[in-house]
Amino acid sequence: MSFLAAQDISIHFGGVKAVQDLSFSVEQGEVFSIVGPNGAGKTTIFNLISRIYDTTKGSIYFKGQDITRLATNQVAQLGIARTFQNIELFENETVLNNLLIGCHVHRQTNLFEEIFFLSRVRQQELQFRHSVEDIIDLLDLQSYRHQLISNLPYGVRKMVEIARALSIKPSLLLLDEPSSGLNPEETEDLSFWLEDINEELGITIIMVEHDMKLVAQSSDRVLAVADGQFITMGKPSEVQSHPDVLRAYLG
Amino acid sequence: MRFIRKTRYMQDINLIKHSGHLFWYSLLLIALFISPFGMDRFLLGEFSLVFVYAIAGLGLMLLVGYTGLVSLGHAAFLAIGAYTHAYLLHQGIPFFVSLTVASFFSGILGGLIGIPALRMMGIYLAVATLAFSIIVEQVLVHWVSVTGGFQGMSVPKPIVGGHDLSSPYAFYFLCLVILVICIFLTMNLLRSPAGRAMTAVRDSETSAESMGIDLAKTKTLAFALSAALTGLAGALFAHRLTYLAPDAFTIITSIQLLLMVVVGGLGSLHGVIYGAFFIGFFPQVIAIFRDFAPPGIAQIPGLEPAIFGLVLIFFLIYEPLGIYGRWIKIRLYFEEFPLYRKATYKRQKSFLRTERLH
Repeated sequence: MSFLAAQDISIHFGGVKAVQDLSFSVEQGEVFSIVGPNGAGKTTIFNLISRIYDTTKGSIYFKGQDITRLATNQVAQLGIARTFQNIELFENETVLNNLLIGCHVHRQTNLFEEIFFLSRVRQQELQFRHSVEDIIDLLDLQSYRHQLISNLPYGVRKMVEIARALSIKPSLLLLDEPSSGLNPEETEDLSFWLEDINEELGITIIMVEHDMKLVAQSSDRVLAVADGQFITMGKPSEVQSHPDVLRAYLG
Repeated sequence: MRFIRKTRYMQDINLIKHSGHLFWYSLLLIALFISPFGMDRFLLGEFSLVFVYAIAGLGLMLLVGYTGLVSLGHAAFLAIGAYTHAYLLHQGIPFFVSLTVASFFSGILGGLIGIPALRMMGIYLAVATLAFSIIVEQVLVHWVSVTGGFQGMSVPKPIVGGHDLSSPYAFYFLCLVILVICIFLTMNLLRSPAGRAMTAVRDSETSAESMGIDLAKTKTLAFALSAALTGLAGALFAHRLTYLAPDAFTIITSIQLLLMVVVGGLGSLHGVIYGAFFIGFFPQVIAIFRDFAPPGIAQIPGLEPAIFGLVLIFFLIYEPLGIYGRWIKIRLYFEEFPLYRKATYKRQKSFLRTERLH
């Protein structure tokens, strides 16, 4: 049984067939990239996995469980975290609070305990803070801890979004264009961090990415899509030189 | 300027962050407990009213400032709390039991209102809550057997264990203690997962959901807690009014409550208190102004709402973060005294989602 398996998934918006009969599977521990020209349906695939959109047809299995009809918030509870193409952080909160919100899925206390801030809540807060600090250390965000998101530069926000996704302690991480808007140096750092996240934390990563250098460097396998349809799948070098991929990009 | 050396995570979790907090808030509390003994009865009454407004403001702030849901119908919850409390007191229910039940009942109704509200955003939600408050007003008028209709109903005196708490002194302390407890509980809520979930929903619903937050639950909870606090304020407000009639809880009251949280500063509990003082005392300031102004101006009818409106517009344009936002800037000015940079807040003129009314 694959870690994540999509079987013949399709989604239609009226007449627009954003994704058509796409099947792929991702194995545990992999870094899996999805590439394709603009409008190919890459982000839509993410939105289908994280249950923001309803699939028109087909099903998605995560660790053998059918997640096709789960609610969006339940997907996170299963351990699937994601980032967004146009950063969706909680702007009026500090970096720390953004990450703590990621711990929400591990909440053990109820409203009553929280309103009176009983010792269980206090212990939980402390435990959340410890796990958040580990992520802050991993991604070098120490100096931004208490800053509001709205005051941070773009590159840092991008990293905070990854950090927030990690604070869920996911087993599957979906990264939507992690390198967009980053300068070459930051992209380089990113590739190291991806390696750390994948190898040290043992998190399976699926990413949508345009920077082929980063894709080639980090991914184990690549899926190419165009116009919502499967083109090819395989090792980065194979996909990059595949004639259909070149045709899709160059027309 | 204060530099805080942090050595333990508890320093961020505790409500009192440093010795300065402890000193100033203790001083404030002591002042609030001592000062009534030098005050005249009128001023004492005004302070009690401010405390009651502040309790309602906490409720509305939770909804508008922290969850990003706008309500134009909070007068309805004020009314539900007031009428329930007065009705129960007439049935001979003890004061504190009745107060609690009134607050709970209002909270439950708030939660029920929250359910259809889940599908609405911004201006549509504002209109829906407005409709709810009009419905409540009609119920108050027509359900004569309980509410007394247009005639209204009297409010029994607050009596606890044989002591009459309706004297200005006793009522002042009653409201103050309840307010302090409510602030404490609200602060606890905001530093725990449930409160963080609310701010997450305010800033981005899509990503809150992807972080595993149940939107429906969070919004319903925000509505319920907000209504419960406002209902509690309503029950205390009933004693202040001493006689309830439907015309005490109109759209104007709702707008006044909203004005309180906006002028005070959305997204801060300090803002609630500033806002409560603003709507509690500003009418007095205008009344004093009328005494001194030339008769041509002093006798203009409707001067009060006009000035209120003007103040609101000024705040929306020049200080969207309200009195609290202004206070932060003034404090920073003095903290960095000779070095204050004029442009510190220039690029940060961002609005909360609530303010944008998307």
